[in-house]
Amino acid sequence: MTSAAPPGGPRGPVYLDSASSEPLHPTARETLLAALDRGYADPRRLHGPARDARLLLDNARAVVAECLGVRPDEVTFTSSGTEAVHRGLLGLRRGPAARIGYAAVEHSAVVHAARWAGTEPIEAPVDRLGRVDPEGFPGADVVALQSANHEVGTLQPVGELRLPAGVPVFVDACASMGRLPLPTGWDVLAGSAHKWGGPAGVGVLVVRKGTRWLNPFPGDDRVDERASGFENVPAALAAAAALRAVVSERDEVGARQFALVDRIRAAATAIPDVEVVGDPVDRLPHLVTFSCLYVDGEALVTELDRRGYGVASGSACTASTLTPSRVLQAMGVLTHGNLRISLTRDTTEEDVDGLLAVLPGVVRDIRAEAGL
Amino acid sequence: MTGPADLELDCRGMLCPLPVIELGKRIGEVPVGGLVAVATEDVAARTDVPAWCRMRGQEYVGEEAAADGTPRYVVRRVSP
Repeated sequence: MTSAAPPGGPRGPVYLDSASSEPLHPTARETLLAALDRGYADPRRLHGPARDARLLLDNARAVVAECLGVRPDEVTFTSSGTEAVHRGLLGLRRGPAARIGYAAVEHSAVVHAARWAGTEPIEAPVDRLGRVDPEGFPGADVVALQSANHEVGTLQPVGELRLPAGVPVFVDACASMGRLPLPTGWDVLAGSAHKWGGPAGVGVLVVRKGTRWLNPFPGDDRVDERASGFENVPAALAAAAALRAVVSERDEVGARQFALVDRIRAAATAIPDVEVVGDPVDRLPHLVTFSCLYVDGEALVTELDRRGYGVASGSACTASTLTPSRVLQAMGVLTHGNLRISLTRDTTEEDVDGLLAVLPGVVRDIRAEAGL
Repeated sequence: MTGPADLELDCRGMLCPLPVIELGKRIGEVPVGGLVAVATEDVAARTDVPAWCRMRGQEYVGEEAAADGTPRYVVRRVSP
Protein backbone atom coordinates (compact mmCIF):
# COMPACT_ATOMS: atom_id res chain seq x y z
CA MET A 1 0.00 0.00 0.00
CA THR A 2 1.33 3.37 -0.98
CA SER A 3 0.12 5.06 2.19
CA ALA A 4 2.29 2.70 4.21
CA ALA A 5 5.48 4.08 2.66
CA PRO A 6 7.51 6.02 5.23
CA PRO A 7 7.44 9.80 4.79
CA GLY A 8 10.28 10.80 2.52
CA GLY A 9 11.19 7.16 1.94
CA PRO A 10 10.99 5.26 -1.32
CA ARG A 11 7.46 4.98 -2.64
CA GLY A 12 6.24 1.58 -3.64
CA PRO A 13 4.34 0.87 -6.80
CA VAL A 14 0.99 2.65 -6.99
CA TYR A 15 -1.82 0.17 -7.58
CA LEU A 16 -4.61 1.73 -9.62
CA ASP A 17 -6.60 -1.34 -10.60
CA SER A 18 -9.16 -1.68 -7.82
CA ALA A 19 -11.88 -2.37 -10.38
CA SER A 20 -10.09 -5.69 -11.02
CA SER A 21 -9.58 -6.28 -7.31
CA GLU A 22 -9.51 -3.98 -4.30
CA PRO A 23 -6.72 -4.67 -1.80
CA LEU A 24 -7.94 -6.46 1.31
CA HIS A 25 -9.54 -3.97 3.70
CA PRO A 26 -7.66 -3.86 7.05
CA THR A 27 -10.88 -4.85 8.82
CA ALA A 28 -11.29 -7.84 6.52
CA ARG A 29 -7.75 -8.92 7.21
CA GLU A 30 -8.21 -8.76 10.97
CA THR A 31 -11.51 -10.60 10.80
CA LEU A 32 -10.14 -13.23 8.46
CA LEU A 33 -7.16 -13.99 10.69
CA ALA A 34 -9.36 -14.27 13.77
CA ALA A 35 -11.99 -16.38 12.01
CA LEU A 36 -9.49 -18.82 10.49
CA ASP A 37 -9.05 -20.40 13.91
CA ARG A 38 -12.80 -20.71 14.51
CA GLY A 39 -14.65 -21.17 11.26
CA TYR A 40 -13.23 -24.52 10.16
CA ALA A 41 -16.00 -26.91 11.21
CA ASP A 42 -19.00 -28.02 9.19
CA PRO A 43 -21.78 -25.55 10.01
CA ARG A 44 -24.39 -28.32 9.59
CA ARG A 45 -23.10 -30.48 12.45
CA LEU A 46 -24.37 -30.32 15.99
CA HIS A 47 -21.16 -30.19 18.05
CA GLY A 48 -19.58 -27.09 19.54
CA PRO A 49 -17.08 -26.14 16.79
CA ALA A 50 -19.84 -26.68 14.20
CA ARG A 51 -22.25 -24.46 16.10
CA ASP A 52 -19.51 -21.87 16.26
CA ALA A 53 -18.95 -22.03 12.50
CA ARG A 54 -22.70 -21.79 11.96
CA LEU A 55 -22.84 -18.75 14.20
CA LEU A 56 -20.11 -17.03 12.21
CA LEU A 57 -21.80 -17.87 8.92
CA ASP A 58 -25.18 -16.61 10.09
CA ASN A 59 -23.50 -13.51 11.42
CA ALA A 60 -21.82 -12.89 8.08
CA ARG A 61 -25.16 -13.28 6.33
CA ALA A 62 -26.88 -10.89 8.73
CA VAL A 63 -24.19 -8.24 8.31
CA VAL A 64 -24.29 -8.44 4.51
CA ALA A 65 -28.09 -8.26 4.56
CA GLU A 66 -28.01 -5.21 6.79
CA CYS A 67 -25.40 -3.45 4.62
CA LEU A 68 -27.45 -4.13 1.48
CA GLY A 69 -30.84 -3.42 3.01
CA VAL A 70 -32.21 -6.91 2.28
CA ARG A 71 -33.40 -9.84 4.44
CA PRO A 72 -30.80 -12.30 5.76
CA ASP A 73 -32.67 -15.25 4.22
CA GLU A 74 -32.31 -13.57 0.83
CA VAL A 75 -28.49 -13.71 1.02
CA THR A 76 -26.38 -16.64 -0.23
CA PHE A 77 -22.59 -16.86 -0.22
CA THR A 78 -21.11 -18.36 -3.37
CA SER A 79 -17.55 -19.25 -4.29
CA SER A 80 -17.11 -16.16 -6.48
CA GLY A 81 -18.93 -13.22 -8.02
CA THR A 82 -18.96 -15.11 -11.29
CA GLU A 83 -20.71 -18.04 -9.63
CA ALA A 84 -23.26 -15.68 -8.09
CA VAL A 85 -23.89 -14.22 -11.56
CA HIS A 86 -24.25 -17.63 -13.19
CA ARG A 87 -26.58 -19.02 -10.51
CA GLY A 88 -28.52 -15.82 -10.11
CA LEU A 89 -29.23 -15.29 -13.78
CA LEU A 90 -29.75 -18.89 -14.89
CA GLY A 91 -32.08 -19.65 -11.97
CA LEU A 92 -34.53 -17.06 -13.30
CA ARG A 93 -35.19 -18.85 -16.58
CA ARG A 94 -38.65 -20.33 -16.88
CA GLY A 95 -37.61 -23.36 -18.89
CA PRO A 96 -34.89 -23.88 -21.50
CA ALA A 97 -36.59 -21.81 -24.21
CA ALA A 98 -36.55 -18.63 -22.12
CA ARG A 99 -34.67 -15.84 -23.88
CA ILE A 100 -32.21 -13.85 -21.83
CA GLY A 101 -31.78 -10.19 -22.71
CA TYR A 102 -28.65 -8.39 -21.54
CA ALA A 103 -26.97 -5.06 -22.18
CA ALA A 104 -24.14 -5.20 -24.70
CA VAL A 105 -21.76 -3.88 -22.02
CA GLU A 106 -22.39 -6.60 -19.41
CA HIS A 107 -19.48 -8.35 -17.74
CA SER A 108 -18.36 -11.49 -19.58
CA ALA A 109 -19.79 -13.62 -16.72
CA VAL A 110 -23.29 -12.57 -17.79
CA VAL A 111 -22.57 -13.08 -21.47
CA HIS A 112 -21.07 -16.53 -20.90
CA ALA A 113 -24.05 -17.58 -18.76
CA ALA A 114 -26.56 -16.28 -21.31
CA ARG A 115 -24.84 -18.11 -24.18
CA TRP A 116 -24.49 -21.29 -22.13
CA ALA A 117 -28.24 -21.22 -21.50
CA GLY A 118 -28.74 -22.36 -25.08
CA THR A 119 -31.45 -20.08 -26.46
CA GLU A 120 -30.01 -17.23 -28.53
CA PRO A 121 -29.83 -14.24 -26.17
CA ILE A 122 -30.90 -10.69 -27.00
CA GLU A 123 -28.14 -8.11 -26.77
CA ALA A 124 -29.47 -4.63 -26.02
CA PRO A 125 -27.39 -1.82 -27.55
CA VAL A 126 -25.98 1.06 -25.51
CA ASP A 127 -25.34 4.71 -26.30
CA ARG A 128 -21.95 6.40 -26.61
CA LEU A 129 -21.73 6.70 -22.81
CA GLY A 130 -22.35 2.96 -22.42
CA ARG A 131 -25.90 3.32 -21.08
CA VAL A 132 -28.68 0.99 -22.13
CA ASP A 133 -32.16 2.15 -23.14
CA PRO A 134 -34.60 1.13 -20.36
CA GLU A 135 -36.96 -0.03 -23.12
CA GLY A 136 -34.23 -1.84 -25.03
CA PHE A 137 -35.15 -5.44 -24.20
CA PRO A 138 -38.16 -6.34 -26.36
CA GLY A 139 -38.77 -10.09 -26.53
CA ALA A 140 -36.68 -10.95 -23.49
CA ASP A 141 -38.11 -13.38 -20.94
CA VAL A 142 -35.39 -12.57 -18.41
CA VAL A 143 -33.36 -9.35 -18.30
CA ALA A 144 -29.81 -9.01 -17.01
CA LEU A 145 -28.51 -5.51 -16.38
CA GLN A 146 -25.49 -4.35 -14.43
CA SER A 147 -25.86 -1.68 -11.76
CA ALA A 148 -22.82 0.11 -13.15
CA ASN A 149 -20.35 -0.64 -15.87
CA HIS A 150 -17.12 -2.23 -14.68
CA GLU A 151 -14.98 -0.69 -17.42
CA VAL A 152 -16.27 2.84 -17.91
CA GLY A 153 -18.23 3.44 -14.70
CA THR A 154 -21.53 4.50 -16.27
CA LEU A 155 -24.53 3.78 -14.02
CA GLN A 156 -27.37 1.85 -15.65
CA PRO A 157 -31.07 2.71 -15.37
CA VAL A 158 -32.02 -0.45 -13.47
CA GLY A 159 -34.94 1.16 -11.62
CA GLU A 160 -36.30 2.63 -14.86
CA LEU A 161 -36.57 -0.59 -16.86
CA ARG A 162 -39.89 -0.87 -18.67
CA LEU A 163 -40.67 -4.55 -18.93
CA PRO A 164 -43.82 -6.59 -19.41
CA ALA A 165 -45.24 -8.02 -16.19
CA GLY A 166 -43.57 -11.26 -15.18
CA VAL A 167 -40.16 -10.57 -16.76
CA PRO A 168 -37.68 -10.96 -13.89
CA VAL A 169 -34.63 -8.71 -13.57
CA PHE A 170 -31.17 -9.93 -12.66
CA VAL A 171 -28.67 -7.27 -11.61
CA ASP A 172 -24.92 -7.74 -11.73
CA ALA A 173 -23.92 -5.36 -8.95
CA CYS A 174 -20.30 -6.53 -8.74
CA ALA A 175 -18.85 -3.18 -9.82
CA SER A 176 -20.84 -1.07 -7.37
CA MET A 177 -21.62 -3.22 -4.32
CA GLY A 178 -20.42 -1.48 -1.18
CA ARG A 179 -19.54 1.68 -3.06
CA LEU A 180 -23.09 2.75 -3.89
CA PRO A 181 -26.50 1.80 -2.50
CA LEU A 182 -28.24 -0.93 -4.49
CA PRO A 183 -30.61 0.14 -7.25
CA THR A 184 -34.32 -0.60 -7.01
CA GLY A 185 -36.37 -2.79 -9.32
CA TRP A 186 -34.60 -6.15 -9.34
CA ASP A 187 -35.42 -9.72 -8.34
CA VAL A 188 -32.00 -11.31 -8.10
CA LEU A 189 -28.64 -9.63 -7.68
CA ALA A 190 -24.96 -10.62 -7.52
CA GLY A 191 -21.85 -9.14 -5.92
CA SER A 192 -18.20 -10.02 -5.49
CA ALA A 193 -16.29 -9.49 -2.23
CA HIS A 194 -12.83 -8.87 -3.67
CA LYS A 195 -14.22 -5.86 -5.57
CA TRP A 196 -15.02 -4.08 -2.30
CA GLY A 197 -11.99 -5.14 -0.24
CA GLY A 198 -13.10 -8.55 0.99
CA PRO A 199 -11.17 -11.71 0.15
CA ALA A 200 -11.39 -13.35 -3.28
CA GLY A 201 -13.49 -16.48 -3.48
CA VAL A 202 -16.62 -14.98 -1.94
CA GLY A 203 -19.61 -14.01 -4.03
CA VAL A 204 -22.94 -12.74 -2.81
CA LEU A 205 -26.21 -13.87 -4.36
CA VAL A 206 -29.38 -12.10 -3.29
CA VAL A 207 -32.71 -13.64 -4.26
CA ARG A 208 -35.70 -11.50 -3.32
CA LYS A 209 -38.34 -13.22 -1.21
CA GLY A 210 -41.10 -14.50 -3.45
CA THR A 211 -38.97 -14.60 -6.60
CA ARG A 212 -39.43 -17.70 -8.72
CA TRP A 213 -35.82 -18.82 -8.74
CA LEU A 214 -34.78 -22.42 -9.28
CA ASN A 215 -31.27 -23.72 -8.69
CA PRO A 216 -29.91 -24.19 -12.25
CA PHE A 217 -27.16 -26.54 -11.05
CA PRO A 218 -27.09 -29.73 -8.95
CA GLY A 219 -28.21 -29.21 -5.35
CA ASP A 220 -25.94 -29.87 -2.39
CA ASP A 221 -27.82 -30.16 0.94
CA ARG A 222 -25.82 -27.35 2.52
CA VAL A 223 -26.98 -24.83 5.12
CA ASP A 224 -28.27 -22.70 2.27
CA GLU A 225 -30.13 -24.59 -0.45
CA ARG A 226 -29.17 -22.01 -3.09
CA ALA A 227 -25.44 -22.72 -2.57
CA SER A 228 -23.20 -25.68 -3.23
CA GLY A 229 -19.91 -26.74 -1.74
CA PHE A 230 -18.48 -26.45 1.77
CA GLU A 231 -18.89 -22.89 3.00
CA ASN A 232 -15.74 -20.77 3.39
CA VAL A 233 -16.90 -19.38 6.70
CA PRO A 234 -13.83 -17.25 7.59
CA ALA A 235 -13.80 -15.65 4.14
CA ALA A 236 -17.55 -14.96 4.24
CA LEU A 237 -17.17 -13.29 7.62
CA ALA A 238 -14.20 -11.23 6.41
CA ALA A 239 -16.19 -10.21 3.33
CA ALA A 240 -19.05 -9.10 5.56
CA ALA A 241 -16.72 -7.14 7.83
CA ALA A 242 -15.16 -5.41 4.83
CA LEU A 243 -18.58 -4.59 3.41
CA ARG A 244 -19.69 -3.04 6.69
CA ALA A 245 -16.50 -0.96 6.86
CA VAL A 246 -16.76 0.13 3.22
CA VAL A 247 -20.41 1.09 3.54
CA SER A 248 -19.70 3.15 6.65
CA GLU A 249 -16.79 4.92 4.89
CA ARG A 250 -18.36 5.32 1.51
CA ASP A 251 -19.62 8.90 1.76
CA GLU A 252 -16.16 10.14 2.59
CA VAL A 253 -14.15 7.75 0.38
CA GLY A 254 -16.56 8.01 -2.55
CA ALA A 255 -16.53 11.82 -2.52
CA ARG A 256 -12.73 11.88 -2.43
CA GLN A 257 -12.46 9.31 -5.23
CA PHE A 258 -15.08 11.09 -7.33
CA ALA A 259 -13.09 14.34 -7.18
CA LEU A 260 -9.80 12.57 -7.97
CA VAL A 261 -11.41 10.88 -10.97
CA ASP A 262 -12.67 14.28 -12.16
CA ARG A 263 -9.09 15.44 -12.01
CA ILE A 264 -7.87 12.47 -14.07
CA ARG A 265 -10.66 13.01 -16.58
CA ALA A 266 -9.68 16.66 -17.04
CA ALA A 267 -5.95 15.90 -17.31
CA ALA A 268 -6.47 13.06 -19.80
CA THR A 269 -8.78 15.21 -21.94
CA ALA A 270 -6.01 17.80 -22.13
CA ILE A 271 -3.64 15.32 -23.82
CA PRO A 272 -4.04 15.63 -27.62
CA ASP A 273 -6.19 12.95 -29.28
CA VAL A 274 -7.27 11.32 -26.03
CA GLU A 275 -10.92 10.48 -25.51
CA VAL A 276 -12.25 9.99 -21.99
CA VAL A 277 -15.26 7.68 -22.13
CA GLY A 278 -18.25 6.86 -19.97
CA ASP A 279 -20.66 9.18 -18.17
CA PRO A 280 -18.73 12.06 -16.57
CA VAL A 281 -21.25 12.51 -13.73
CA ASP A 282 -23.66 9.61 -13.42
CA ARG A 283 -20.90 7.10 -12.74
CA LEU A 284 -19.02 5.01 -10.21
CA PRO A 285 -16.85 7.15 -7.94
CA HIS A 286 -13.58 5.29 -8.33
CA LEU A 287 -12.86 4.52 -11.97
CA VAL A 288 -12.20 6.19 -15.28
CA THR A 289 -11.36 4.94 -18.74
CA PHE A 290 -9.82 6.75 -21.69
CA SER A 291 -8.26 5.87 -25.02
CA CYS A 292 -5.19 7.39 -26.63
CA LEU A 293 -5.19 7.54 -30.41
CA TYR A 294 -2.24 5.86 -32.19
CA VAL A 295 -1.01 4.27 -28.95
CA ASP A 296 -0.50 0.58 -28.32
CA GLY A 297 -2.39 -0.35 -25.13
CA GLU A 298 0.16 -2.96 -24.13
CA ALA A 299 3.03 -0.48 -24.49
CA LEU A 300 1.09 2.04 -22.41
CA VAL A 301 0.44 -0.41 -19.57
CA THR A 302 4.04 -1.65 -19.67
CA GLU A 303 5.55 1.85 -19.65
CA LEU A 304 3.33 2.97 -16.77
CA ASP A 305 4.18 -0.18 -14.85
CA ARG A 306 7.87 0.58 -15.37
CA ARG A 307 7.23 3.97 -13.78
CA GLY A 308 5.44 2.38 -10.85
CA TYR A 309 1.78 2.62 -11.83
CA GLY A 310 -0.36 -0.50 -12.13
CA VAL A 311 -3.31 0.12 -14.46
CA ALA A 312 -5.60 -2.00 -16.64
CA SER A 313 -6.46 -1.79 -20.33
CA GLY A 314 -9.35 -2.92 -22.51
CA SER A 315 -7.27 -2.93 -25.69
CA ALA A 316 -7.09 -6.11 -27.77
CA CYS A 317 -3.34 -6.48 -27.40
CA THR A 318 -3.69 -6.66 -23.61
CA ALA A 319 -6.46 -9.29 -23.60
CA SER A 320 -6.01 -13.04 -23.37
CA THR A 321 -8.51 -13.33 -26.23
CA LEU A 322 -6.67 -10.75 -28.38
CA THR A 323 -10.03 -9.09 -29.05
CA PRO A 324 -10.83 -5.57 -27.93
CA SER A 325 -13.12 -4.85 -25.00
CA ARG A 326 -16.75 -5.63 -25.84
CA VAL A 327 -17.73 -2.64 -23.73
CA LEU A 328 -15.71 -0.18 -25.80
CA GLN A 329 -16.89 -1.80 -29.03
CA ALA A 330 -20.53 -1.57 -28.00
CA MET A 331 -20.06 2.12 -27.15
CA GLY A 332 -18.37 2.77 -30.48
CA VAL A 333 -15.32 4.36 -28.88
CA LEU A 334 -11.65 3.86 -29.65
CA THR A 335 -10.46 0.48 -28.37
CA HIS A 336 -6.72 0.87 -28.80
CA GLY A 337 -4.50 2.83 -26.45
CA ASN A 338 -7.03 2.18 -23.73
CA LEU A 339 -6.43 2.64 -20.01
CA ARG A 340 -8.72 1.98 -17.08
CA ILE A 341 -7.61 3.67 -13.89
CA SER A 342 -9.42 2.66 -10.72
CA LEU A 343 -8.64 4.04 -7.29
CA THR A 344 -8.34 2.11 -4.05
CA ARG A 345 -9.73 3.43 -0.78
CA ASP A 346 -6.35 4.87 0.15
CA THR A 347 -5.22 6.25 -3.21
CA THR A 348 -3.87 9.70 -2.45
CA GLU A 349 -3.84 12.97 -4.33
CA GLU A 350 -0.10 12.49 -4.58
CA ASP A 351 -0.56 9.12 -6.28
CA VAL A 352 -2.90 10.63 -8.85
CA ASP A 353 -0.72 13.68 -9.44
CA GLY A 354 2.29 11.39 -9.90
CA LEU A 355 0.47 9.41 -12.56
CA LEU A 356 -0.75 12.55 -14.30
CA ALA A 357 2.78 13.94 -14.30
CA VAL A 358 4.16 10.99 -16.27
CA LEU A 359 1.19 10.16 -18.49
CA PRO A 360 1.51 12.85 -21.22
CA GLY A 361 5.20 12.01 -21.74
CA VAL A 362 4.54 8.28 -21.92
CA VAL A 363 1.81 8.83 -24.55
CA ARG A 364 4.02 11.22 -26.52
CA ASP A 365 6.99 8.83 -26.50
CA ILE A 366 4.93 5.86 -27.69
CA ARG A 367 3.48 7.98 -30.50
CA ALA A 368 6.92 9.22 -31.45
CA GLU A 369 8.17 5.64 -31.69
CA ALA A 370 5.31 4.90 -34.09
CA GLY A 371 6.49 7.83 -36.21
CA LEU A 372 3.73 10.26 -35.24
CA MET B 1 -18.92 -1.46 -53.52
CA THR B 2 -17.70 2.10 -53.63
CA GLY B 3 -15.06 0.99 -56.14
CA PRO B 4 -11.36 1.66 -55.77
CA ALA B 5 -10.45 4.43 -53.33
CA ASP B 6 -7.96 7.19 -54.09
CA LEU B 7 -5.62 5.46 -51.66
CA GLU B 8 -5.70 1.77 -50.81
CA LEU B 9 -3.92 0.88 -47.58
CA ASP B 10 -3.03 -2.78 -47.38
CA CYS B 11 -2.89 -3.39 -43.63
CA ARG B 12 -3.34 -7.15 -43.82
CA GLY B 13 -1.44 -8.90 -41.04
CA MET B 14 -1.13 -5.74 -38.96
CA LEU B 15 -2.42 -5.68 -35.40
CA CYS B 16 -4.07 -2.75 -33.66
CA PRO B 17 -3.22 0.09 -33.54
CA LEU B 18 -1.07 -0.18 -36.69
CA PRO B 19 -3.89 0.06 -39.28
CA VAL B 20 -5.19 3.27 -37.66
CA ILE B 21 -1.65 4.66 -37.39
CA GLU B 22 -1.24 3.99 -41.12
CA LEU B 23 -4.53 5.75 -41.81
CA GLY B 24 -3.52 8.73 -39.68
CA LYS B 25 -0.13 9.01 -41.37
CA ARG B 26 -1.39 8.79 -44.91
CA ILE B 27 -4.82 10.46 -45.02
CA GLY B 28 -3.02 13.64 -46.16
CA GLU B 29 -2.06 11.95 -49.43
CA VAL B 30 -5.59 12.25 -50.79
CA PRO B 31 -7.26 15.58 -51.54
CA VAL B 32 -10.19 16.78 -49.42
CA GLY B 33 -13.20 14.82 -50.73
CA GLY B 34 -11.01 11.82 -51.63
CA LEU B 35 -11.44 8.26 -50.35
CA VAL B 36 -9.01 6.13 -48.36
CA ALA B 37 -9.62 2.41 -47.84
CA VAL B 38 -7.99 0.35 -45.09
CA ALA B 39 -7.97 -3.40 -45.66
CA THR B 40 -7.22 -5.36 -42.49
CA GLU B 41 -8.31 -8.46 -40.58
CA ASP B 42 -7.63 -6.63 -37.29
CA VAL B 43 -10.96 -6.86 -35.44
CA ALA B 44 -10.29 -3.65 -33.51
CA ALA B 45 -10.34 -1.68 -36.79
CA ARG B 46 -14.11 -2.20 -37.09
CA THR B 47 -14.57 0.03 -34.04
CA ASP B 48 -11.40 2.09 -34.26
CA VAL B 49 -11.67 3.38 -37.85
CA PRO B 50 -15.13 4.94 -37.27
CA ALA B 51 -13.94 6.23 -33.87
CA TRP B 52 -10.85 7.73 -35.53
CA CYS B 53 -13.10 9.49 -38.07
CA ARG B 54 -15.21 10.96 -35.26
CA MET B 55 -12.16 12.12 -33.30
CA ARG B 56 -10.35 13.55 -36.35
CA GLY B 57 -13.37 15.12 -38.06
CA GLN B 58 -13.29 12.77 -41.06
CA GLU B 59 -16.22 10.91 -42.59
CA TYR B 60 -16.65 7.18 -42.17
CA VAL B 61 -18.17 5.80 -45.37
CA GLY B 62 -18.57 2.16 -44.35
CA GLU B 63 -17.23 -1.37 -44.40
CA GLU B 64 -16.99 -3.65 -47.42
CA ALA B 65 -15.20 -6.86 -48.23
CA ALA B 66 -12.10 -6.69 -50.41
CA ALA B 67 -11.80 -9.15 -53.32
CA ASP B 68 -10.05 -11.65 -51.01
CA GLY B 69 -12.77 -11.26 -48.36
CA THR B 70 -10.69 -9.09 -46.01
CA PRO B 71 -12.76 -6.33 -44.41
CA ARG B 72 -12.09 -2.97 -46.02
CA TYR B 73 -12.98 0.23 -44.16
CA VAL B 74 -13.60 3.28 -46.32
CA VAL B 75 -13.02 6.84 -45.12
CA ARG B 76 -13.63 10.15 -46.90
CA ARG B 77 -11.24 12.98 -46.13
CA VAL B 78 -13.48 15.95 -45.32
CA SER B 79 -11.17 18.05 -43.19
CA PRO B 80 -7.64 19.21 -43.88
